Amino acid sequence: MNKKLWMNLMAAVLVAGLFMTVSCAKKTIVSEPTTIEDQVKAEAEAKAKAEAEARAEEARIKAQELQDQMANEQALKQAKIAAAKNRFINQNIHFDFDSSELSSMAKTLLKEKAEWMSDNPGIHVTIQGHCDERGTTDYNLGLGERRAMAAKNYLSNLGISNSRLTTISFGEEKPLDAGSSEEAYRKNRRAQFVLE
Amino acid sequence: MNQFRLGNLCGGHPGAGEKYQGLESWIFTVCWIVIVLFFLTIPVQAKEYDYINISNPYLNKTPVAVTEFKAFGGHQTEVDAGTRAMQILKNSLNFTGYLKVINSAAYLSNPAQTGIQLGQINFKDWTGIGADLLVTGGIEESQGQVKLKLRLFDTFNSKLLVGKIYTGADSQIRKMIHMFCSEISHKLTGNWGVFNSKISFVSTVKGNKEIFTCDFDGHNPKQLTHHKSISLSPAWSSDGQWIAYVSYAGGKPDIYIKNLKKKPGFIINNKGLNISPDWMPGKDILAATLSFSGNQEIYLLTKKGEIIKRITRGWGVNVSPKFSPDGKKLAFTSNRGGNPQIYVKNLETGDVKRITFEGRYNTSPAWSPDGKKMAYVGIEKNKINIFVTSLDSGTGTSIQLTMHTGDNEEPSWSPDGSLIVFTSNREGKTPRLFVMTAAGTDQRRLLILKGKQSQPSWSGSTSSENI
Repeated sequence: MNKKLWMNLMAAVLVAGLFMTVSCAKKTIVSEPTTIEDQVKAEAEAKAKAEAEARAEEARIKAQELQDQMANEQALKQAKIAAAKNRFINQNIHFDFDSSELSSMAKTLLKEKAEWMSDNPGIHVTIQGHCDERGTTDYNLGLGERRAMAAKNYLSNLGISNSRLTTISFGEEKPLDAGSSEEAYRKNRRAQFVLE
Repeated sequence: MNQFRLGNLCGGHPGAGEKYQGLESWIFTVCWIVIVLFFLTIPVQAKEYDYINISNPYLNKTPVAVTEFKAFGGHQTEVDAGTRAMQILKNSLNFTGYLKVINSAAYLSNPAQTGIQLGQINFKDWTGIGADLLVTGGIEESQGQVKLKLRLFDTFNSKLLVGKIYTGADSQIRKMIHMFCSEISHKLTGNWGVFNSKISFVSTVKGNKEIFTCDFDGHNPKQLTHHKSISLSPAWSSDGQWIAYVSYAGGKPDIYIKNLKKKPGFIINNKGLNISPDWMPGKDILAATLSFSGNQEIYLLTKKGEIIKRITRGWGVNVSPKFSPDGKKLAFTSNRGGNPQIYVKNLETGDVKRITFEGRYNTSPAWSPDGKKMAYVGIEKNKINIFVTSLDSGTGTSIQLTMHTGDNEEPSWSPDGSLIVFTSNREGKTPRLFVMTAAGTDQRRLLILKGKQSQPSWSGSTSSENI
């Protein structure tokens, strides 16, 4: 039994000795810089930050792009509206000499004008009738009115309410081109559309 | 002894018009000019001296000599006034188109020195230089008042045809000379002539069109309207008291009826066009084109714009109504036949007759004062010219009065039928007023004025009160 006790005691001493040894080993301090560890951490952090920033940038760009696109679309839409309006105002319809008959070209333009007026229901329009300088003042006042009326009746037949259409004749009093050439005459024989 | 009242529109000599314009009170102080028939023994019947037929289109001009004016007092003011009077007289006689004043360089004697009365004139001096007629003048001037002694002689028969003395202010020399010219005209043609008539017209002022008036010879142009808009188509009432015209002053073409003596006027402003007014002779009735029905139709209206009667009824443009001188017919332009032509409607029977057949564009009818002829505008091959056609049945061929001189339009006859005023762009492509004889001869510029002039309208032979 005693022997067994000794054995145990020895073992205990040994273990204790082992412990001692371990304690002694711990006491030899190894000094190492944290650089690597820090670097790794910083890198990780930087990476995370960069990634976050990239994500934010990406989101921002996307938002910007969306905004730009919307603005573009808006501008395009506005431009289209303005263009349609300008076209309505600036595209005169033309007539032959001493005629208030609508040509097929005039009818095409009037259809476009009717569409525009349907898209812009609040708008009232004055149709001016004009003539070239040939012929008498009085007769041209009459002819100018017939030109304006022809345009008005066509728009009216396309469903534009008469209450939105006024006519006035200026005869030969307001030429667009003061010249006396066929080209000037052609320009001046017109119905012109003015927004009220 | 005859007395004539002077109205308020005559000006002074050229350049003095503005000075006297607007002086209202002078009407009452100097408006009576006494005309004295100072040769009581003139055994002349008007018929006997029907010297000149002004409606003859192949008329040769009658040569007339106009002498220097005898200055009775002899002072410089008087001499100058006499020179001025003589110049006005010469210009006025030349303006008629049927008289030609002989250049004074050819004269063989000077009645200003030797005497201006019947017994003092050597008629051989005048027949010798080809003068059929002789006019002598004398002047007395004292403190701005003048006395003009004027005589017209038939040189071949050594006869006094007319003798008159006029007294008035120096500023009225022009008026007095024109009164004597009327006497000359009446003696020679049986008609009082153009000398107390006026012309209204359209002129641009700073880009706007305004209505103006001037004397028969283009003197004393006066701006009548100040709408700063487009004003068009002036038309005289036959008494010369009213002018109807069209203006966009209210934003669209309306007819304005304006009194020249500042009585309140009227505006005819139906929906649509209110254009091309014309007065019925001797009546307060207008014809005009209105389009409230949707068509451009001619109506008879009161001067307040109340509709009396609709005259045209049909498709198309009906404009430029013009009453015949007797008021019984109405000429107008209509495109009922496909293009503009001139028609005449008998207002009593309702019959309508087309009177132009040549060409595809005939407008602007204008009756001659005797109602026998119609001047109008025709467009052929882009050339715009004035024609005249006889309205007597059977004839009807048109005579072209203007050609090869730009565009010529808007004819209006002088009240005696001897002249036609019209618009032409022959000078620098700018529309100006011109005048010619009824035969188309003697085409000349009527007046020099800034801007563009158009739409002349000659007044009737108004009585002296209205001029």
